[in-house]
Amino acid sequence: MLKRVHFGPSALPFILVAPQIIITVIFFIWPAGHALYQSFLIQDAFGLKTEFVWFENFEVLFDDEHYLGAFQRTFMFSILVASISMGFALMLAAMADRIVKGAMTYRTLLIWPYAVAPVAAGALWVFMLDPTLGIMTYALGGLGYEWNHKLNGNEAMALVVIASAWKQVAYNFLFFLAGMQAIPKSLIEAAAIDGAGPLRRFWTIIFPLLSPTTFFLMVVNVVYAFFDTFGIIHAITQGGPAKATEILVYKVYNDGFVGLDLGSSAVQSVILMGIVISLTVLQFRYIEKKVEY
Amino acid sequence: MAQVRLDQIQKTYPNGFKAIHGVDVEIAEGEFIVLVGPSGCGKSTLLRMIAGLETVTEGTMSIGDRVVNDLEPADRDIAMVFQNYALYPHMNVFDNMAYGLKIRGLAKAEIETRVKKAAEILELTDEQLTRKPRQLSGGQRQRVAMGRAIVREPSVFLFDEPLSNLDAKLRVQMRVEIKRLQERLGITSVYVTHDQVEAMTLGHRLIVLNAGVVEQLGTPIELYERPASVFVAGFIGSPSMNFAAAKTADDGRTVQLGGAEFALPDGIFTDTADRDVILGIRPEDLTLAAGNDSATTMTASLVEHLGADTLVHGYFGTDRSDMTIRLGGFHHIADGDALALQVVPEKIHLFDPETEKRLG
Amino acid sequence: MVENRPMVTLISHIVLILGVLTIAFPIWITFVAATHDAVRMVQIPLPLWPGGMFFENLEQALLKGIEGATGLGVGFMLLNSLVMALMIACGKIAISLLSAFAIVYFRFPFRMGFFWMIFITLMLPVEVRIIPTFEVVANLGMLNTYWGLSIPLIASATATFMFRQTFLTIPDELLEAARIDGAGPMQFFKDILLPMSRTNIAALFVILFIYGWNQYLWPLLVTTDRDMYTIVMGIKQLLEAAEQAPEWNIIMMTTLLAMLPPVAVVVFMQKLFVKGLTETEK
Repeated sequence: MLKRVHFGPSALPFILVAPQIIITVIFFIWPAGHALYQSFLIQDAFGLKTEFVWFENFEVLFDDEHYLGAFQRTFMFSILVASISMGFALMLAAMADRIVKGAMTYRTLLIWPYAVAPVAAGALWVFMLDPTLGIMTYALGGLGYEWNHKLNGNEAMALVVIASAWKQVAYNFLFFLAGMQAIPKSLIEAAAIDGAGPLRRFWTIIFPLLSPTTFFLMVVNVVYAFFDTFGIIHAITQGGPAKATEILVYKVYNDGFVGLDLGSSAVQSVILMGIVISLTVLQFRYIEKKVEY
Repeated sequence: MAQVRLDQIQKTYPNGFKAIHGVDVEIAEGEFIVLVGPSGCGKSTLLRMIAGLETVTEGTMSIGDRVVNDLEPADRDIAMVFQNYALYPHMNVFDNMAYGLKIRGLAKAEIETRVKKAAEILELTDEQLTRKPRQLSGGQRQRVAMGRAIVREPSVFLFDEPLSNLDAKLRVQMRVEIKRLQERLGITSVYVTHDQVEAMTLGHRLIVLNAGVVEQLGTPIELYERPASVFVAGFIGSPSMNFAAAKTADDGRTVQLGGAEFALPDGIFTDTADRDVILGIRPEDLTLAAGNDSATTMTASLVEHLGADTLVHGYFGTDRSDMTIRLGGFHHIADGDALALQVVPEKIHLFDPETEKRLG
Repeated sequence: MVENRPMVTLISHIVLILGVLTIAFPIWITFVAATHDAVRMVQIPLPLWPGGMFFENLEQALLKGIEGATGLGVGFMLLNSLVMALMIACGKIAISLLSAFAIVYFRFPFRMGFFWMIFITLMLPVEVRIIPTFEVVANLGMLNTYWGLSIPLIASATATFMFRQTFLTIPDELLEAARIDGAGPMQFFKDILLPMSRTNIAALFVILFIYGWNQYLWPLLVTTDRDMYTIVMGIKQLLEAAEQAPEWNIIMMTTLLAMLPPVAVVVFMQKLFVKGLTETEK
């Protein structure tokens, strides 16, 4: 924590932390606190009277079927994005770990989508799956399937899932590969001598030893799906059609900025805060500890 | 050059742990003093207190005529060589040595003169001066660390186990170099090590520390020939001194161990009649007796051949303490052999069983 | 290599190559689209191979935009993105270095309090506090400014934690040697700590530049003035304006422009980039 060798108290450390603390207080803590406070209030239409109502706003929200729908959708969305992108990345990492030469070349070729903004990823995929002009729509048409995500809610969800997962494969690949390369070769050799073939070695030795990485990536991917995908939704489906792709983070924005329902937006923000806090606590408490061999 | 004085120096940590229990030492100008002891005995702590890297809880620390308790390390006119060298990895050798001088505002020309002079003393080439630490070998890094200390031309040199990270051969070589260096420059030096060979060869005087207490302060030979306690006796000398619980005879002229009898020297020990003692004999002080009629016979249980010496482990008579003797050269001895031994009475050490202090 | 099974190696390579192609496919299509003219881009099926209109499209995207939009190109947006990304990256690194230095190397009252305050920011991404933060920025008159775009994003904890980690691994003896050499805290910081943290700073810069460049939600809220739009917002603008008759060639060219700087950074600084990612996630 604190180095054994350190400087004693003076004015200097306060000056050093000041910039970060000041910005943190003004732009993080104060607004978060404000949102928290507001979520416990009801304001009348004219903003004249405010009433402290404890958790009533939360109850109202959870009664709202639109909100519950968004909640459900977000969970499903994040599970899909996490599993698809992690599964794909795991397979590629396993292959790359297996070959001795060229692993780093493949890594170079596979990691750059990390740099692509979610909006851009969305733009790419909405272009390829455009109902009239998309190249993939054309291919699907050839197979007899009519794709139109502007009308079909499930297809819209599929579109955003694919766009989100596509981008995340790079990140997951990087960490899976690093995790696999950190496994001592001697363990794998011992397993081989014991008679285990490549597939069995993967599932009984490599994968279990990869579990810290896997858990870590699960949390990161869920957080990504919850928050970083805003750009994708906003750019290509705007939560539609008919709210089929309205996830929680989009709803906060939509209700607050577009619908100007500040109260509901504040409450939703607080709930999202709660989710992030639990995920972060989960990450630090249980996962960081397990990272040792 | 200055003398260093420690007056009743104590160190207690905030958590209550008392690391140093009251040390009084006067180090003369130009003296090479070695602080030696096992891990955790407080020798590094004491050194760091002289340096100013640790605070003194009680007592007075003086360098030269100044009391330095409250002075920052930079103001004490000391220089330190660290165990891990502590070279700034991103600076080349020249800059490493020049850093302290630069901060003190010395002129560039003066800095260059000093660094070049130190490099010459340490046999560092001009080319090496341009290299970064990671491009140097362990021994070279060690020299750079010393160079950094030399250019400061301080009153006191402090060494914190500087040779621990070197391999055995290099250690011997560097040991000799350090000794030559100190003799040439004549700067008061305080040197910390856990290696008693280093201590014996380098120090004008040694301070043996045990759990924050000074066990003995004296020249190497004093410590070897007249150790003040069991601890010092066992610490100095390798293989270490043999100890066994024994009893002196009624007339106080011999000490008995499991049936074997050793003659005590005249006039050295007092109050040695008929009492329990701890008998101490160094392995190298037991030699093979000429005839077979010695009163001290050891039964051999294990023999180790080192080439230059032979180590024989065994026991005396009915006493089952494991004793070791060192015989020069190769001896053909088998397990179970009875060896007739002799020892010069002056080489016998007796210690009180309770205080573990030397008797007489 | 545990056993010598050429078949498995071959399959591995094939899978990897297919993976690379799958990942690269959308980019390829985008690039192709950016090289054709508007007429070709409404004929089904859309092309799979590049045309020759790259530079014309580039010019149009940068300067003229598309029908139904403002008639302005997106060139200025690139500038906005660049300024924002640089401000975020440099700002974050600067304040994090100072905070990490203070927290690791000084004992002072409220030290742990400050540490936890900074830690909290890990749990408060901008998406969970958009409206109140917007209010604060608006009240401070920072809307539609580069400051408003970057300052609220620079205080989060990841950089501070990474530097803290780095500093903790620097040997204690270096500080002791520096103290004996007579260096004060800021001198130590400047002469020893900073140079030794060079690679970490560079790695973090790569990550933060990408993070800053790709920011979407926050710039969306904070800019109402068209002049301040960033390039990633520009993509959305074009998609929106093109609901009826999309000019995909220009849209895709704009998308390429938006992707190019971050991807270039990743490709040319791969080592630093990987280091930055793995270091910040500890």
